[in-house]
Order: sequence, then structure tokens, then C-alpha cells
Amino acid sequence: MRRLALIAVPYLWLLALFLVPFIIVLKISLSDYALSIPPYSPTLDLSTGWQGIKSFFGALDFENFTFLTTDDLYWKAYLSSVKIAVVATLCTLLVGYPIAYGMANAPDHWRPTLMMLVILPFWTSFLIRVYSWMGILSTEGYLNQLLIGMGLISEPLMILNTNTAVYIGIVYTYLPFMILPIYATLERMDASLLEAAEDLGCSRMQAFWLVTFPLSRNGIIAGCFLVFIPTIGEFVIPALLGGSDTLMIGKVLWEEFFNNRDWPVASAVAVILLLILIIPIILFQRNEQKQREAEG
Amino acid sequence: MSQTVFEPWNDPDAKPLIQFKGVTKRFGDFTAIDDQTFDIYEREFFALLGPSGCGKTTMMRMLAGFEAPTEGTIWLDGQDIAPIPPNKRAVNMMFQSYALFPHLSVWDNIAFGLKRDGLPRDAIGDRVAEMLKLTRLEKFAKRKPHQISGGQRQRVALARSLAKAPKLLLLDEPLGALDAKLRQDTQFELMDIQETTGTTFVIVTHDQEEAMTVASRVAVMDDGRIMQADTPANIYEMPNSVYVADFIGDVTILEGTATRSGNGYDITFAEGQPSLHAESEIALTDGSRAALAIRPEKVSISAERPEDKRNALQGKILDIAYLGNLSTYHVELPSGQIVKAQAANTRRLSRRSFTWEDEVWISWTDTAAVLLEA
Repeated sequence: MRRLALIAVPYLWLLALFLVPFIIVLKISLSDYALSIPPYSPTLDLSTGWQGIKSFFGALDFENFTFLTTDDLYWKAYLSSVKIAVVATLCTLLVGYPIAYGMANAPDHWRPTLMMLVILPFWTSFLIRVYSWMGILSTEGYLNQLLIGMGLISEPLMILNTNTAVYIGIVYTYLPFMILPIYATLERMDASLLEAAEDLGCSRMQAFWLVTFPLSRNGIIAGCFLVFIPTIGEFVIPALLGGSDTLMIGKVLWEEFFNNRDWPVASAVAVILLLILIIPIILFQRNEQKQREAEG
Repeated sequence: MSQTVFEPWNDPDAKPLIQFKGVTKRFGDFTAIDDQTFDIYEREFFALLGPSGCGKTTMMRMLAGFEAPTEGTIWLDGQDIAPIPPNKRAVNMMFQSYALFPHLSVWDNIAFGLKRDGLPRDAIGDRVAEMLKLTRLEKFAKRKPHQISGGQRQRVALARSLAKAPKLLLLDEPLGALDAKLRQDTQFELMDIQETTGTTFVIVTHDQEEAMTVASRVAVMDDGRIMQADTPANIYEMPNSVYVADFIGDVTILEGTATRSGNGYDITFAEGQPSLHAESEIALTDGSRAALAIRPEKVSISAERPEDKRNALQGKILDIAYLGNLSTYHVELPSGQIVKAQAANTRRLSRRSFTWEDEVWISWTDTAAVLLEA
């Protein structure tokens, strides 16, 4: 009985904070657009009893999902989001791995400070930090002023409102999520493994690729998922830093909800997004579980 | 049939495999190795023995190439190894933590060094199979290190370090992580493997029993210096200093003044006690301080004064350490010193001849004790 109560806590949590909202969104996605408040029909009317429930379920259909397939905007937006997320994740890995490696090899007394520096940006609002990138990347921004001042370029670079700015924003924002899991695996690694590799004939470089890199694989996978999953649905960064040609599903979702006020289609977009995300989330969970088993 | 004794260190023509020439290693202000010169010969099983912090691990890491001497040179097979990086040395090391690659199978761990040498595939396969057979690991080739026991891991580490057929194998506390029973079995296995492969082994250990069992020569270290390097028997029977005598095995040290007498010296160690005689070849001036080291098993214990021995003292049993087959008696002399005497437990415990507080005589022969400069 006590065990049941203990298990019930996380399940109730899951039910209240994930399942119930999801069912509401799912229900809206199966409804029709209507000029009313709320802006969709049908709504469940229990006063008419069984007849009301029957007509409620009878009015639900997959019309909105069919609509998503008729307009190529949607699947292009999904595809483009996945593409941007993949590229951004790889960029974050390329930037994050050396930082994590440097931290793990730094002298012991430096590590807490370095860790602090990685986490520090979280102390300011995410929105403000993205805004400040607008100040850095705009044509009159600090970056262009600096580069022109140094005489490296004569015309300002157009970075803001391009996909490049979106990538910079994503890499900047999600970098700690990449660094921390990689750092955790590297820091735990036994230093004598590298000495053993060298002793057996490896150069430093070979030792890195044959020992350090494969042993940090779990950290890399964890970091990549932690960056990839939120990036797909990212809205703020493409909205603020991206241009008109930056197509991301988060932005489409926002426009459907707030500009078109078409809640049912927006909900259908959200449901599909969730289905797309479930695959990497399951893969991520399996990786975590395998890691726990291996450490047994 | 005459058996040739393996004692290259006594042969002036023998060419040493390793030579330390005036090697000093400092870490900042700390001197880890203090101006050491010594040789290790081919096929030797050489043990570096000492308490933690004595420099034995530093010595080994210099041989492996992970540390460079501050002064002096180390020669391997007639070649100064200072400029050779660890990955190019014909030296392999078995790490204390074993340092097995957790993401590779037992087979791949053993093949790791061979692959770096770019050997052809079947040559690698043959060599790995040979190593698996030598260490009796054939059944575990496909397992990962976390799927085998501690003893098996130890053997994988040994197989991996032997796979490249190094001129010299370094073993850093190789049996430290094993339990007592397994450790004993493994000691003999190590000796067998050393003999079969003919590789020169240098082992670092703080366990004197282990060093005495496996090694052809033991170097007892203290404070960055080798105090004595000799066969286990000589280290035990003929220690050259109080430190070595005290470090190896159980011993009673009696300090006193020496006076020349006969083939040795008479030692006066306490007021009111008879002087003790020990035969010795060391040169001491009359009246100088000396220390007498007596092993407990060479001291006999009796109720009456023995007639045949010149060294006899009376005392009271203070403590008895029961070791099963033996008992060690701590006998307190009237002057306060404690002398240890060991006797085999030939009778059952309940019929033991001596017990606490008994007045007894302890005695030893003229040659039993070792006289050392204090």
C-alpha cells in the first residue's frame, strides 16, 4: 500500500502536468474552427446527458490533420526545423566538446569556477540574452563595428535575420546542455587509461580518438538529445534572430495560434510535433538506461 | 647434476638490461629519488619494496616514460631512454588500477597494443590467442571488463601488457586489489609466467611477503633511496641497516656499545644485564654504538637457563601473539626492553608450556643475531 502511494506521486504528476494538457490539445486538434469563445467547436455539454456526449464525439474528426498534408508549408516547416536542429546540434557539439574537454583537464581548483562560468548565463533572462544578440549581430551592431574598426571588412555583414543568426543563437543558448553531460563523463574518466594507451603505443592524438572519445560517447549522446529536442520546437530564437525565410515549426505554431486564431490547426501542428519528438526522447531514455546498466 | 644459479648481479661480465646512473627526481622542493645508481639484469624479477611515498612508483614511472629524471640517465639495453617517449619504448606497464579499456572486449584490450604496431590481422589473432591461453582467459575473450571478476581483470591486464613482448614489464602493485587467498595463487602464477616468457619484470609493492615470494632480488627503499638490493634470503638474513632489518619481517633491535671479542663483538645494552655476543665481520671501534637485530624465530624460550648458549636473558612474558602454527612471545627484560621469541605450537593450546606473567629464559646462538651500525 505504501509502495503504491509512493509510485502514485510521479504518476499523478505526469497525469496532471502532461497527460491532461495533452488530451486537451489533442481534443482541440480534432475539433473545428469556430467564431466563438473558445474559438472551436464542439464543446462538451453535459447538461444534455448521454445525447450530448454522443454528439460531442461524433463531431470530432481528423480534418485538421488532413489539412496539414494539403498545404506544403507545414511539412516544409517540420523538415526545416529538423534540419536546423540537426545542424545546430552538431555545431553545439563542435563548440561544446573542446570546452568540456578543457574543463575536465583543468587543474582541480579551477573546475568549480569554470563550471560556474558555464552556468552563469542562466542567471539572466533567456529573452534578454537573445535580444542582446540582436544588438551584437545587427548591421550597426558591435560585431560589425569591431570588424570594420579592425579593417577586416569594409561593408557590414548581414548576419541578423538570417539562418546564421539562428544557429548562433541556438548554439549560444543550448551550449551548457551540451557541455555539462560531456564534462561529467570526461571528468569521471580514469587518467591511467590514457597512460595505458600511450604505454601500448598510441600517440596522444590516437589515445584521444581510441579511448577518450569513445568513452565520452554517452555524454555526447545525452548532450545532443538535450540540445536537439528543445531546438526542434524553438520559437523565440527564430522569431527574434531569424529572417522571413527562416522556417521553423515553432514559428508556424505561433502564427496559427495568435495571428490566424485557428486553435484546432495549431493544436494539430503541436500534436504532430510531439509525435516527431517522441522518437528521439525514447532513444534518449534508452541511452540513459543502457548507461546505468553498464555502470551497474 | 649441477644447477646453474641465476645470479647475474654477481657476474662481473653480465651486461645489465637497465642501468640507473645517478638518477635524481625532484618535484618542486620534494626529492622523490635521490641520486640512485643501480643495475637490473635480463630475466630478473626485480622488486621495489618500500612504504608509500618512498619513491618506488616514481622509479617505475621513469622507466615507463611518464616521468623524466631531473638529473642522471636511465639506460635500457645500452641506450639512453630519456629521449624516447612512452609510446616508443620497448617497456610495458601493468597499472595498479589495471586501466582496462571499459568499452573494449577482453580480446580487443589485449590486441590494443598489437594493432598500434600495425601487425597483420592473423598475426594479431595468433598473438592474442597465445596470451589468452597463457593467462587462461580463452572463455572470456568476448566479455567486457565489467563482466568479469577482479582476478580475471588482473590477468587481462597482465596479458595486455605482455602481448607486445616487451623487453621489460613493469608491474605497479599488481596484486593489490585481490583478496589474500587469490593473491597467493596469483603470485605463483606471475612467477610461472615470468619464467615462461623470459621477460624481465620490475614489480612495485609495499607488501614484503609478496616481494620476498616472487622476486629474484628485492630493493628496499626509503626516502628516495635504495637501502639494500639483494636476494630475499640475504635481505632477511643479512640486512645492512637497522631500517632494512626492521622493515622486513619481525625483529627485535637491541642497541648498545660494542667491544671487540673473539670473532665478533660483545654488546653491552643495559645496566645490570649480561653482555651479548654476536659474530660479525663488520668493523667497529671499541665503545661505538651498535644495534643487534634478532629474528624472533631464532630465539628459543625455556623455563631453565640453557647451558649451551652464551646469549641468555631472563624476563617475564608480557604478551603472546597466537598465529596458529606459531606463537610469538613478547618477553620483557628487567631493564625494560622487549624481546620477541617465536616457538612452534607443537602442543595443543590448552597444554602450552608458558603463559602470561611467567618468568622465562630466552637464548640464542652467537651467529643468530646480526650486528649493525646504529
